[in-house]
Amino acid sequence: MLLSLAPSALPIGIHGIEKRFGALSILGDLSLDVAAGEFLTLLGPSGSGKTTLLMILAGFVRANAGSIKVGGEEIITVPPHRRNIGMVFQNYALFPHMNVFHNVAFPLKQRRVPAAETRQRVEKALDLVRLQGLGERRVDQLSGGQRQRVALARAIVFEPRIVLMDEPLSALDKSLREHMQIELRNLHRRLGMTTVYVTHDQREAITMSDRIAVMNAGRIEQIDQPEALYARPRTKFVAGFIGESNFIPVESRDGGVWREGSRLRMDAPAPSAGRHLMVVRPEKLRLVAGPGEAGTLNTLPATVGDVIYQGDSFICYATLRDGRQVTLRDYCRSDVLAKLPAPGEPVTLGIDAQDVVLVADQ
Amino acid sequence: MSVGSASFDHAGRAGGALNADALRADARRQALGLLALLSPGLFLVFAVIIVPIGWLFWLSFFDETGQLSLANYARFFEQASYVKTFVTTFKVAFVVTGASVLFGYPLAYMLSQLPRRVAGVCLIFVILPFWTSVLVRTYAWLVILQRKGLVNTWLIDLGVIGQPLPLANNFAGVVIGMTHIMLPFLVLPLYASMKTIDVDCLRAGMNLGASPAATFRQVFFPLSLPGLASGVVIVFVLCLGFFVTPALMGGGKVIMWAMRMEQATSLYSNWGAGAALGVVLLAVTLALLGLFQWLLGARATGVWSRR
Repeated sequence: MLLSLAPSALPIGIHGIEKRFGALSILGDLSLDVAAGEFLTLLGPSGSGKTTLLMILAGFVRANAGSIKVGGEEIITVPPHRRNIGMVFQNYALFPHMNVFHNVAFPLKQRRVPAAETRQRVEKALDLVRLQGLGERRVDQLSGGQRQRVALARAIVFEPRIVLMDEPLSALDKSLREHMQIELRNLHRRLGMTTVYVTHDQREAITMSDRIAVMNAGRIEQIDQPEALYARPRTKFVAGFIGESNFIPVESRDGGVWREGSRLRMDAPAPSAGRHLMVVRPEKLRLVAGPGEAGTLNTLPATVGDVIYQGDSFICYATLRDGRQVTLRDYCRSDVLAKLPAPGEPVTLGIDAQDVVLVADQ
Repeated sequence: MSVGSASFDHAGRAGGALNADALRADARRQALGLLALLSPGLFLVFAVIIVPIGWLFWLSFFDETGQLSLANYARFFEQASYVKTFVTTFKVAFVVTGASVLFGYPLAYMLSQLPRRVAGVCLIFVILPFWTSVLVRTYAWLVILQRKGLVNTWLIDLGVIGQPLPLANNFAGVVIGMTHIMLPFLVLPLYASMKTIDVDCLRAGMNLGASPAATFRQVFFPLSLPGLASGVVIVFVLCLGFFVTPALMGGGKVIMWAMRMEQATSLYSNWGAGAALGVVLLAVTLALLGLFQWLLGARATGVWSRR
């Protein structure tokens, strides 16, 4: 009955949201659909509007235009306390004058849940975030990770239809953050609530999300599953923001894509004629002994600048003939290490036809 | 410095654990150094607080003829007028503190909700009276509140009242004048504490289902209590020893503790009686502060809070 797999997880339909502060446009005609039970992450640099969108969803910020439907029901003018949306704040926003129990019981008290049931549900929620027995603790006696869990328990104890999280892990240190990412993910799997998560940490987004919406300057650049987003970025911004990328200018003409007079082998169809950028992830580049060994790979002649050994892997900085620097990363397998070039040595870099991704050159 | 160096090591072992004596001596040296640095401050506290209060205490045990006696204290129980003054003083302090909270809390709340720049301008208007002499402000109130003053003239001209209201030279006048003077002492600490309340806590309150009113009651108000408590303590204590406004606005009908002291020392030249009044006021004030601290808990009272 309580905190069970939520069969009532609801989809969110965000349509045509606009938000301006004075002359400054924060969100411009933004639309986004979140499926019921989905874990969707809004990922973007600071100032991209992701937090503003979350605030509009929670009802703390009024949009200038647009519609938000939860399970088909319009909530854009519903005040925050009637939205029934759980939220985890960046700094947790726990009530400092209440102990852990009363913090978690707060939403139940507002809903006039009987005392016995409140106790039961709070205990269950604390159990779920593995804080059993800490109900009597004062908030200032808790560690950062524990506060994070209390905030989480408080946001889910009333079984909200939707849970919003605003960079909830950013205040934790790295190892605890990685641990909590997995825990949040598991909790979401168990409870199945529709979750909108805001972060600027691309690795966190990739680890946790069903889908990621990459935001930039108040717009959604691309919304996709993590694998697709990484493997097939659609814009230069997305390619640059998620993971590392080498950008190599190419030209599309006559139904093919050309770089320095040679035609690229690529699986994807050629884009419209004009200048484009080839997005090459450092780990997709390979060191090839010479053009003869390249086989079906696309080749790029280059000169090795520096090789940095990092234990499990190494990074090779190389300079292309046009002076452009590219980065290559590979694991330290003995066969690769044996053929590792020295700085200044000419090399051939290879890239597989299926790894060629083109984005518009803005 | 190497801990393993022979002489150091040897000297240390004599006292038991490694270098225990040397470390203890070092701690003592540091403590003495701190004491030396503190000494100017300690001297000042001694010279301007401990000595005068001790002297006051000493004086209070001598009667007019210079004889050692408890007559100055016996007077509190023997003379009804003393008891009456005592009661009046507390009544004024309570009413003025209550009125300050009544006006000050909404004012501080409004200031805390305004954008920072607007609040800054408004705060200047709160602080501005601070820079005007209490005497000037009290006379201004006298002009406004007296029988033929601004308020009564307007109200009569508007036909609201037939007879002038007794607003000056009585209890009401004292309360109005004093509330005006005390307001900043309440508003400033209260505003400061309201400003430290995390906006996200209020958002969390609403997000979790509390209406704006419920969020105010259950989150904002409890979190503003430390500031309110320190403001109330400051205002109440200041009221207990207040002189100018009650003397001018009371019209001789409202006799407060400080006025008694003034009478005793300058009218009757009875320093012993004045000193005893001072000692009792000090004792009562300290007792009240203690009570406040006990009631609200040391953490809740901004005056003592480490935050």
